[in-house]
Amino acid sequence: MRREKEKDYLYITLHTELPYRYSAGRYMSRFLTTLRDEARILASRCTHCGTVLVPPRVVCGNCFAEMEEFVEVGPRGTLKTFSVINFPFIDPFTGVQRPVPYGYAIVQLDGCDNGLPHFLDEIDVHKLRIGLRVEAVFKPQDEREGAMTDILHFRVIGD
Amino acid sequence: MSGQVAIVGVAQTRFQSEKRAQNYAELVHEVVSELFRTTGATHDDVDNIVSASSDFWDGRTISNMAIQDVVGAYMKSESKVSSDGTLAVLYGMMRILSGQYKTTLVVAHSKGSEGVPNLIANAAFDPIYQRQLGIDGLSTSALQARRYMEKYGVSEEDVALVSVKNLGNARKNPYAQVAGEFTVEEVMQSGYLAEPIKKLEASPISDGACALLLAREDIVDRFTDKPVWLKGVGHCQDSYYLGDRDLAESDALAVAARRAYTMAGIDDPRREIDVAEVYDAFAYQELMWTEILGFCPRGEGAELIRSGVSTMDGTLPVNPSGGVLAAHAVIVAGLVRVAEAALQLRGEAGEHQIPGAKTALAHGSFGYCGHMHCVWILSNEK
Repeated sequence: MRREKEKDYLYITLHTELPYRYSAGRYMSRFLTTLRDEARILASRCTHCGTVLVPPRVVCGNCFAEMEEFVEVGPRGTLKTFSVINFPFIDPFTGVQRPVPYGYAIVQLDGCDNGLPHFLDEIDVHKLRIGLRVEAVFKPQDEREGAMTDILHFRVIGD
Repeated sequence: MSGQVAIVGVAQTRFQSEKRAQNYAELVHEVVSELFRTTGATHDDVDNIVSASSDFWDGRTISNMAIQDVVGAYMKSESKVSSDGTLAVLYGMMRILSGQYKTTLVVAHSKGSEGVPNLIANAAFDPIYQRQLGIDGLSTSALQARRYMEKYGVSEEDVALVSVKNLGNARKNPYAQVAGEFTVEEVMQSGYLAEPIKKLEASPISDGACALLLAREDIVDRFTDKPVWLKGVGHCQDSYYLGDRDLAESDALAVAARRAYTMAGIDDPRREIDVAEVYDAFAYQELMWTEILGFCPRGEGAELIRSGVSTMDGTLPVNPSGGVLAAHAVIVAGLVRVAEAALQLRGEAGEHQIPGAKTALAHGSFGYCGHMHCVWILSNEK
């Protein structure tokens, strides 16, 4: 019997292009256009329990009640948790690897009851701690396109 | 439960970073053949099949169609769980309890080597507001680790103890992908992937498969004289969006554990459970999960290891197989926890056998930062 080697097992390589276009829907369209046109962050308030959640959504998961009211939150907030990432990440929208290291955080925006995961401009962990005050930095108006990345990142503004 | 269901056989592949010599069908054929050989079951004995795999990980729509011939699904009932393998056991048990089937073949497969794992992980997040933000399993777990460690005063050395224990245990598990004798210092110096998570605290991505045969109580004897009874199960999920949760907590695991303990009649898990296999995709998770499972108070998970309770010769060994840190085939890894727990209760765990184990806990998780949890209580006593 012929002795099999690793190279005898073939790979078939496919670079499948499988495009989608996702409807942002009513809530996220309003959120994204407000971000793009006015550099303001919108959340939704639950008609039942009053909880304010970002990004805005049709139903409050805790009470299964519709969220009918939009409210402005941030742009300042507080660090709930953070990391500095050293592992290369390929942006699925551009196919380009994001330079490492980069800061990552969950921020509780002022006026909001939940957190927003986003980039952080600080990469020295010794300068970071939970509870620090941060602020959203927006892209210049002519570069904003109605995407989460219209917020460039959050920057630390102190205690 | 009305009527009982038992695991009557288990099989798993060796887990490796790349199983180039086997395609999905050949991978699954290996475990199904082993299961049939060890139980004496034939194709005709299997009424029903529940498989677990993922279209995104496998890169094909209807991923279970890659394995339908090797699980013997022609002209039978076969359906797929696109989530952790612990849920495939749950659906398999439910189908037997429906009265329609006497047996169920449960099988899970995955090959991390064929796609791009962090792109696939990223695709699990919302395309409108999350995917652009560099988010994947590692970055989200780093946020959870930081939040948990801060809230409960857990040090990086505490977390490193989990890797020392589990990778040490894995040296006795012939199916493990990663194993070794490491010190806390070596784990600490293995380099940050995403602060505070270090290289030796992150599970590998593996290729592999696992299979179980479930049988209704009246025909168990046909396949084995060492049945492992499904005594309790609990399943629960939290909000998917990470911003909605306090990542230091896992209410979904607390609820899943309570349901499983109630069904199995467990009042004091620390005393009544002899061995546990938990889903430690990252080292800090073993501390979090064992605390929330009620093995110790919150923040004291590392003390379980230091005091020797959860080490191999302790009163409640956790992950004697090396856990998910030793081998992590996505989707498959929860089913392996159930299989390893069953091996312990059958006295067939080889060099990592916990002597005299009668009651075991197996835990699976899916989604990021423990979005979904499934907890099983198994026993070798009816």
